Amino acid sequence: MSDPAIITEGLCVVLDETEILKDVSMTVGRGEFLTVIGPNGAGKSTLLRCLDGILEPSAGRVIIDGRPLGDYERRELARTVSYVPQPDSGSLDFTVRSYVEMGRYPHLGAWAALTEADAEAVVESMELTEVAGLADRTMSSLSGGERQRASIAAALAQGGSVLLLDEPTSFLDYRHQVKILDLLDRLHRDEGLTVVAVTHDLNSTVAFSDEVLALKDGKVAATGKPADLLDADALAAIYDADFRLISGGHRGLPLVLPARNGS
Amino acid sequence: MRPTLRLVLLGALALAVVVVMPLVGGHVLPWSVLADPRGTDPAAVIFWQIRVPRVLAAFVGGAGLALGGAVFQAIFRNPLATPYTLGVASGASLGVAVASSLGLSLVVGGLSTNSVAAFAGALLAVGVIWVLTRLRPGISSTALLLAGVAMNFFFSSLILFVQYTASLGDSYRIIRWLMGGLGGVDLYTLANMTPVVVLGAVAVARYARELDLLATGPEIAASRGVAVARTRTRLFLATSVMVGGAVAACGPIGFVGMMAPHICRFLVGSHHRLLLPASALFGGAFLVLCDTVARLVLFPAELPVGVITAFLGAPFFLWLLVRRVVPGTHG
Repeated sequence: MSDPAIITEGLCVVLDETEILKDVSMTVGRGEFLTVIGPNGAGKSTLLRCLDGILEPSAGRVIIDGRPLGDYERRELARTVSYVPQPDSGSLDFTVRSYVEMGRYPHLGAWAALTEADAEAVVESMELTEVAGLADRTMSSLSGGERQRASIAAALAQGGSVLLLDEPTSFLDYRHQVKILDLLDRLHRDEGLTVVAVTHDLNSTVAFSDEVLALKDGKVAATGKPADLLDADALAAIYDADFRLISGGHRGLPLVLPARNGS
Repeated sequence: MRPTLRLVLLGALALAVVVVMPLVGGHVLPWSVLADPRGTDPAAVIFWQIRVPRVLAAFVGGAGLALGGAVFQAIFRNPLATPYTLGVASGASLGVAVASSLGLSLVVGGLSTNSVAAFAGALLAVGVIWVLTRLRPGISSTALLLAGVAMNFFFSSLILFVQYTASLGDSYRIIRWLMGGLGGVDLYTLANMTPVVVLGAVAVARYARELDLLATGPEIAASRGVAVARTRTRLFLATSVMVGGAVAACGPIGFVGMMAPHICRFLVGSHHRLLLPASALFGGAFLVLCDTVARLVLFPAELPVGVITAFLGAPFFLWLLVRRVVPGTHG
């Protein structure tokens, strides 16, 4: 058995004298789909940024494929880990194709043009995410769901084995949510990618994942299979809110409804 | 039309401007002087020793300012960010103002006092912005832009102070320099500024891909493999060298740096591989045209070119904004 894809050891992050993450240790197996849940401000996005080395932890370390992040060069890390942030409101007047091509950056020399292999990776990523037909549209002209898929395409073009996503289905209508979830499912099942997604979507995204990590106040509140965490008591402890569970969700899991206090 | 083709056309137009404008002036020179670079008749001397260096200097200076604008707009992800708005040009001006009022002589390795002082001032301004990005690694580009604007005001007040306390003669020289102008430009100035601007331009061109990524956001850039802090530092340095060189020769000419990249984004798109050369060509040709107008309007006297750039440029730019052709300005 090879090294796990991601290990964090005692990760702490302090920003402006506030502790955002406190001693977070976790392991993500190769090819696993992990969802990270928890209330707003629990440190979920901060954890993702640490995993991609965008944010330097104040203490502890991240190990990717058996090597500490500090041993990676920035470009080298980008060939292993890619990150899809929350949708940016900034206007992007790049076409989808050229935006995805920019994902090949860590493979390119300073003055070098795109090679055959780069072009293939770009086409493949666009086909996997079904944005090939939008290749000549500008990013800013796309709908939220299309833009999210193009962002994932650009991340895939990096050719890494670990994909990090920050709330990939927020702001999307149901049809596009399902498309993104299908895509993530295929990516980790068929392409063997390790996927880590931060989400508030307990009923779909969490149900599709292999493992769940719950953060609360910067600490690991719970870990387990979706079946373990999709439980009224467990969720109440994580979110400080009441939940009602009804049967009939994906994969035999219950559906989670937030309940009004006392109801 | 393909963006690459548009770039080629822009290049052809810029070349035409550079070739034709030296012929235009108070005295229109015949084409025949073109074939006679070592000629001794007055027309050839005016053409080759006065007008050609001046036109080339205007081109190089305009190109440097426009490239500086393109780089800053990408780094700051803000359409208003230019070396001018961020205090780099006013830093350079302060350097020149201080040097002239103190009567300093700062000739270093063949560079004139004004060049050296403008450089020092530009580096000072960029240094302050750079230190801010280092002190607060997550600082937003809006905050940086505000810091730059504040610095611009700070330098402007120092310039006013220097001017107020200077002798009448020095004060006039400073004002005259602040208006920007290419009147005193000769082969020597041209030889001073060209290597500096070209060096900065090559350094900036090397980072065309990084600029694309930085323009989409620093987090995305980092996750795609860009060493963001190091890249920004190098781009700041290259830009300040380039803008310092341009401002030292032409004075703090505004507006070219802001306008040229916007118009070029409309012409060739947002990819810096095309946007950088297009901005350089457009900025260079635009300044050459403005300088020609400056030479002609009050002939035999001439206007400072800084008066013309914004006078012609601003209404044109407003017209483009109203026509909604400038990318990224739709509400």
